[in-house]
Amino acid sequence: MTTSRRKFIKISALGLGGVAATTSAINMFGSNSYLNTLVKENVGEKFKITPTYCEVCFWKCAAWAYTNEDGEIKKIIGNEDDPHCHGRLCPRGTGGVGMYTDEDRLKTPLIRTTVNGEETFREASWDEALDLIASKFNGIKEKHGAESLALLKHGCPGWHFEHLYKSLGSDTIAEPAYAQCRGPRETGFALTFGSWVGSPEPTDIRDTKCLVLIGSHIGENMHNSQVQEMSDAIDNGATIITVDPRFSTAASKSKHWLAIKPSTDIALLLSWMHVLIKEELYDKEYVEKYGLGFNELKEYVRQFTPEWAYGITTIKPEEIRKTARAMGHAAPAAIVHPGRHVVWYGDDTQRERAIAILNGLLGSWGRRGGFYFKEKINVPNFPHPAYPEPKWGWKEIGENFPLAQMGITNELINASIPNKNNKYPIKAWMVAGTNLIKSIPDTIQLKKAMDALDFLVVIDTMPTDITGYADVILPECTYLERSDIVRSATNRQPSIAVRFAAVTPKYNSKPGAWIAKEIGERLGLSKYYNYKDFDEVIDWQLKELGTSKEEMAKIGVKRYPRKSGPMYLNEDETHQFGTASGKIEFYSQELKDLGFDPMPTYTAHPEPPQGFYRLNYGRSPMHTFSRTANNPNLNALKSENNLWVNPKVARILGLKTNQKVWLKNQDDIISNFSIKVRVTERIRWDSVYMVHGFGHDNKKLTRAYGKGIDDTKMISKIFVDPIMGGTGMRGNFVSILTENPHKNTEI
Amino acid sequence: MRYAMVIDTLKCVGCSDCVVACQTENDVPIGYCRDWVTENVSGSYPSIELELKSERCNHCENAPCVRCCPTGASHQLNNGIVLVTADECIGCGACIESCPYDARYQHPDGYVDKCTFCHHRLEKGQLPACVAVCPTKCMYFGDLDNQNSEVSKLLKNRKWKTLAPEAGTKPKVYYLI
Repeated sequence: MTTSRRKFIKISALGLGGVAATTSAINMFGSNSYLNTLVKENVGEKFKITPTYCEVCFWKCAAWAYTNEDGEIKKIIGNEDDPHCHGRLCPRGTGGVGMYTDEDRLKTPLIRTTVNGEETFREASWDEALDLIASKFNGIKEKHGAESLALLKHGCPGWHFEHLYKSLGSDTIAEPAYAQCRGPRETGFALTFGSWVGSPEPTDIRDTKCLVLIGSHIGENMHNSQVQEMSDAIDNGATIITVDPRFSTAASKSKHWLAIKPSTDIALLLSWMHVLIKEELYDKEYVEKYGLGFNELKEYVRQFTPEWAYGITTIKPEEIRKTARAMGHAAPAAIVHPGRHVVWYGDDTQRERAIAILNGLLGSWGRRGGFYFKEKINVPNFPHPAYPEPKWGWKEIGENFPLAQMGITNELINASIPNKNNKYPIKAWMVAGTNLIKSIPDTIQLKKAMDALDFLVVIDTMPTDITGYADVILPECTYLERSDIVRSATNRQPSIAVRFAAVTPKYNSKPGAWIAKEIGERLGLSKYYNYKDFDEVIDWQLKELGTSKEEMAKIGVKRYPRKSGPMYLNEDETHQFGTASGKIEFYSQELKDLGFDPMPTYTAHPEPPQGFYRLNYGRSPMHTFSRTANNPNLNALKSENNLWVNPKVARILGLKTNQKVWLKNQDDIISNFSIKVRVTERIRWDSVYMVHGFGHDNKKLTRAYGKGIDDTKMISKIFVDPIMGGTGMRGNFVSILTENPHKNTEI
Repeated sequence: MRYAMVIDTLKCVGCSDCVVACQTENDVPIGYCRDWVTENVSGSYPSIELELKSERCNHCENAPCVRCCPTGASHQLNNGIVLVTADECIGCGACIESCPYDARYQHPDGYVDKCTFCHHRLEKGQLPACVAVCPTKCMYFGDLDNQNSEVSKLLKNRKWKTLAPEAGTKPKVYYLI
C-alpha cells in the first residue's frame, strides 16, 4: 500500500494530552464590562446572562447564556422575543452547553509533521501556524493566482473567511448547504416565483389549513420555528398530509400519510395538478392574474390521471384525489412545503418546480396560511476598500450548470484534481465549520482531491474527521466564547440578534473573526481590516442599526417595522414577481431556452436489485449533521444510529433488534463500523433507514468514535442535477452483512 | 392546590428537549435523567400508529415511594409534589423498587433523585424547565383545584389517560390522546 501524503492521521497527536487547560487569560474583546451589568437569579445561584444565538445548527436561535459565579456556563435559554425560537430552544440549542464543555475539543493549533516515518500532528503556537498559512497562501497566490485558493465553509465562521477570501481576490467559494442540501428548491422556486425560499422558510404554517410535507420530516429535523408552527397548526386543526416511504414523526401527526414508493414523487405531484385542474379546485382568479403558461400546463397534465400515478407511486387513486381536494378546499391557506435537504435523485430542481407550480395553482404564494413575503434588515458592512476582481471563481467552475446560484462543492472538488484540461486548477483549501468527510458524497473523489492539494487548513471546534487530513488545524472557540456577526434573517418582521462572548475562550482556541484578521494581516490585507478587533465592527454596525451594545446586551433581539409592504398580496394592486416575465411561471421559457423541460416530467429511477435495499437517511432531533455526535449532553440522548429494517426483511435475513450488522453498497463499499438493527414497521420493505452523522473515524472523538455507520460513506453514487449541480444521494443500495467484514483487518 | 402536568401526545415529537433542559436546570449528571421519552409503535406497514411521550415522576396522590421510605426522606408537599430530602436519604433503594413508573434513580452521590416538578422554579412563578422549553408546546402545568386552569380545562375537554392506572397510585401526569 502506498502511503498517501494526506493519510488520515488516526493516532493521538503528539503530546496533545499534555496541553491541559492553558486557558487564554486575555479577553481579546476587551473587558466586556457592559455584559456584567445583567445578573439574573436562579436555582439559588447568581447568573450573569449574555445574549447569544445558537450555532449548533443553521437556524441560529437567539438565546441567553447563563454563567455562574465560577465563570461556568450552566444553561442556555431561548430569547422570548426571537422569531426563530420564541423563547424555546430545541434539544441541540439547550444542549449547546456541551459544545463548550466537551473535553475532546481542539485545544491548540496543530501542524502535520512526520516522526520516524509516521505522520502525526504536533502542537504549534498561533504565530507559527498563522505564519505557515500565510507563507503557503502567498506562495500559491504568486504561482497560480489567488483564485486557486478555495474556501469550503458553513455557518458564522464561514462569514469571516469569506471576507478574507474576497479581500485576497478569490471567489472560489462553496458550501455543502447548496449542492448537498437546499440548492434545487432555491433554483426551482426562483424559476417559478422569482424568489428564493431562503432560511428560515417563509411558510405561514401557524395560519395554514393544510400542510403538505414531501419527504420533509419536521419534528425529526428541529428547524425550530417550523416545528413550533406545525404544533400550532395541529392545535388549529389543520390537515397535514405527509408523503414519505417511511412513517416519520410528521407522518404520525398527519391525517393522510401517503406511503409512496421511493423516487416517484414527481408522478404524484403531476397527478395532484391534474386533479386540481380537472376538478377546477385551483385558484382561478389568482392563476389568471399572476400566472403565465397555465394553458400549456393544463394541456400537459391532462394525461397524468391518479390511475396513471397509482401504477408508479403505489398510492391509490382515491387517496390522490382525496388529498388533492383537501389542498384545494384549504387553498389559499395551503402549503406544499419546499423541504430543505432536497438533493435526492438528480431531477430535484424539476421536483421543486412541481412543488412550486402546485403552490401556484393553490394560490398560496403571498397568501395568509401559504407563503408570506419575508423581510430582513440589511446589516451594513464595516467600510473597506472594494474587493479585487477575481479572474474566475465559483461561477466559472460551475459553468456546466447554468442555473446554479452558489458555488457547487463537488465542482470545486473536481477542479482540485489535476487534469490538463482543467481551466480552473485549485491548489489549496481552507475548510471552516464543515466536516466534509460526512457532508460530501462520493468520498473517493473527495479524498483524491485532498491528496492532490498543496495545502489544506481546517478550522473547527472539534477534531472532526476532516481535521485528520489537514496540514494545519486551527481550533476555533465555540459560539459561547466569542462575539460574532450580527444575525439578520428573513422573517415576517425584520429583526437582528447579537452574539456576545459569555465567557473567555477555553484552552488555546480563538474566534473565527480573530483568526481571519490575523491571516489577512499576514497576507498584507490590513486595509480590509481597518479596526482593532471585531468588537469594534459590532459596535459600529449596531450604531448604524440605531441601537447599541448596551441596549442589545439587555434585549438580545431587536425587531424593526416592515418597510417592504404587507406580508401578503394586496389583491387590489398588481404585483410584479421576480421572474423574467414578472409572473408566476407555470411554463418556464428560461428552462426551455437552456434545453431543459419547461414543465416537470416524471422519469423512472433505478430500483434496488435482489438482496439490496435503498439507503434512506434522515435526521434525529437531538443532533445536527455530524457535528454533535460527541457533545456530552446530546450523546447521552443518542450515542449511535440504528438501521431501520422492516420486519418482513428481518424475517428473511434472520435479523433481530440490536443485532450488529455491517453494510456493503452497490459499488462494494463496506462500512467501517457496525450498526445495530432496529426492526420496525415504520420503514418499507424495499428500503433501510438511518440517521445521518454517525460512524466517526477520528479516535479523538472519544464518545463518537466507531459508533454507528456513516451514511455518507455508503453514498458513492451521486445523481447530478443538470440544472444546478446538486448531488442526488437517494439512489444508493446496500446489502446487510451479518459477519464482520473487517475481522482480519485493522481499520 | 394540586399540581399536575398534562402532555399532549398528539403534538410531542419526541425530541428529548425536556430531558436536556431538566439536565442543565437541575444539574442532573450526564448519563442519568429525571425525565425521558418513550416511543410506542403499533400496527403494521402502512397502517401504523406512533405515540411519543415525555415521562417522569407522576407525583402520585397515593405515592408508594413515600409510604415505603424508612427515613421519611421521600415526602409529599401539600400541593402534591413528591420530593426527596437528599441528606435524609440513606440510598436503600426501596422507593426505586416501589415506583411503578421507574422514575427514580440512584444519584452518584448516594441519594435517590427524581423529578421535582422544578419546585424551585414554581416558587418564583416559573414553569418547570421541561414545560418552558418544549418546542412543540405539548406540555402544560397547573393546579387541578382551579377549574379555570389550563390543565383543568384540557382534562375536561380532551380525551386523556394516565400511566399504569391499575397500580392505583392516582398519578398527576396526564397524557392527552
